[in-house]
Amino acid sequence: MVKKNRNVAIVGVGQTYHKRRRPDVTQVELINEAVRAALKDAQLDIADVDVVVHGNMELFEGTYQGDMWHVDGDGAYMKSGIRITTGGTTGGTLVCATDNIVTSGLYDVALCIGFEKMEEGEATGGITGMADPLWFRWMMSGALSGASFAERLEALTMEQLERLELVAAKLRVQLADNAARNPYAHLRMKLTIDDVMNSRLLVYPLRLLHMCPESSGACALILASEKKAERITDKPVWIKDHVTTHLEDFVVGVITEAESTMRRCARKLYERNKITNPLKQIDTFEMYDPNVWWHMDWMTEFLFLKPGENIEMIAKGKTALEGDFPINASGGVVSTNPIGATAMLRVAEAALQIRGDAGEHQIPKEVNTAMASSFGGSTWSILNLLTKEKPM
Amino acid sequence: MSREEHNKWAYSIPGKLALNYIYYLGDFNTKFFTELRDNKRILGVKCPKCNRVYMPPRSVCGRCLSKLDEWVELSDKGTLLSYTVVNYSEPYQPTAPPIVYGIIKLDGADTGFTHLLSEVDAEKLRIGMRVQAVFKDKREANIQDIKYFKPI
Ligand SMILES: [Zn+2]
Repeated sequence: MVKKNRNVAIVGVGQTYHKRRRPDVTQVELINEAVRAALKDAQLDIADVDVVVHGNMELFEGTYQGDMWHVDGDGAYMKSGIRITTGGTTGGTLVCATDNIVTSGLYDVALCIGFEKMEEGEATGGITGMADPLWFRWMMSGALSGASFAERLEALTMEQLERLELVAAKLRVQLADNAARNPYAHLRMKLTIDDVMNSRLLVYPLRLLHMCPESSGACALILASEKKAERITDKPVWIKDHVTTHLEDFVVGVITEAESTMRRCARKLYERNKITNPLKQIDTFEMYDPNVWWHMDWMTEFLFLKPGENIEMIAKGKTALEGDFPINASGGVVSTNPIGATAMLRVAEAALQIRGDAGEHQIPKEVNTAMASSFGGSTWSILNLLTKEKPM
Repeated sequence: MSREEHNKWAYSIPGKLALNYIYYLGDFNTKFFTELRDNKRILGVKCPKCNRVYMPPRSVCGRCLSKLDEWVELSDKGTLLSYTVVNYSEPYQPTAPPIVYGIIKLDGADTGFTHLLSEVDAEKLRIGMRVQAVFKDKREANIQDIKYFKPI
């Protein structure tokens, strides 16, 4: 069990309506929409907030010290603040760091904000900056690089491949149906299996509709110490634990790693929290799924599934909203992806499910424990474990 | 040692990230820049809670987080709060040196904003001096529609 100085709960959740483009607002105004929503949700005034934790992707909007530029909208005027950026995991890291700040005793009420206005910059150009200039930058292809499927695809028969493609399409349709029930989601389109199977091929077997979009949006969470949290809300969502795992970045040798960061992250989280059967002890999982192939792969990694069990679960609808183990009731990252907010949205959506406040995409079964993952280059993983019951 | 000397023995890889950005004004700022372009009018915005008139205007008051929509027409004349004179040249600068930057508080506003000063003898710059906006003939709905401020 991880030792925390004191318990911390999520007491306010806010997000924007995510869209491809938001020319009607500036970055400051976009952030303000999420901050306003979180304050309203917690029924707090900005004066009640002690510290503001701010984050997004470096280079994406070409803003230097964005946390200072955005002060008018994020409410950090004359407050303590810090800016955090860890690539795709930024939103998850923001939650972990804010939890650490509050559990440490430094501050009682903290506001954390993740945002991205992806329409204003060049995401792929920005991502290129992470590649080592001596070795890899000249051949970077942004978020679509990665040949990690090759060794597994080569071992499959044509028949097995066709079945996999069908399951991937079914999964994408399922996530689109979930997103259609989430008013905040970016892509809320009715998809058919044929739409997915016939969409443009990007990098075999990855098709356009398998992939996440570029969104503009923001997410804000308010975290409070135990005493404050119980005074602020009768539905606190406790942050029981979180784990972050990395690989040696920028090194080709990572391919020989025996265990993925997802598996290692989950192993540590489960050990610390006495989880021996995640499918039974966790009620729902909000996964950072940049595409449906990784969604399928990472189910196995995060949930310690037997080979083929992931395909079986999806085919039988077990991960659907009404299933035994719903994954991404929100529609997931393939539906909504304002990168600096994306990982925080996983935590936000998991918290709403525990509260029972997810609205039309509320999971029908009782949700007491939820897990949320973050993903970033090169395969950083974070897991946040949220509970309805106050941790001991 | 100079870079040229280093390059004789240390190999290097030149790098350049060319990233294009586009920043949307949003509905709120669009009003400000449309007025500036079409009517040479400078608008501030007033916070009903703090009673402060902001220039540049903004849709949210950073101090109290109120939504702001009470537009106030400001004068094209104002007072110089501070200034600096730049005598060296850099590729990103807006004009050739010497460049005079000033913080100007327009009549009717409670906050100052930074812009250029011209038609002025650098020796005669004084805090508190009165200045007036000079507008471009061909305006394009950006802050450079104000060409510079000159002493009056
Ligand atoms: Zn105010």
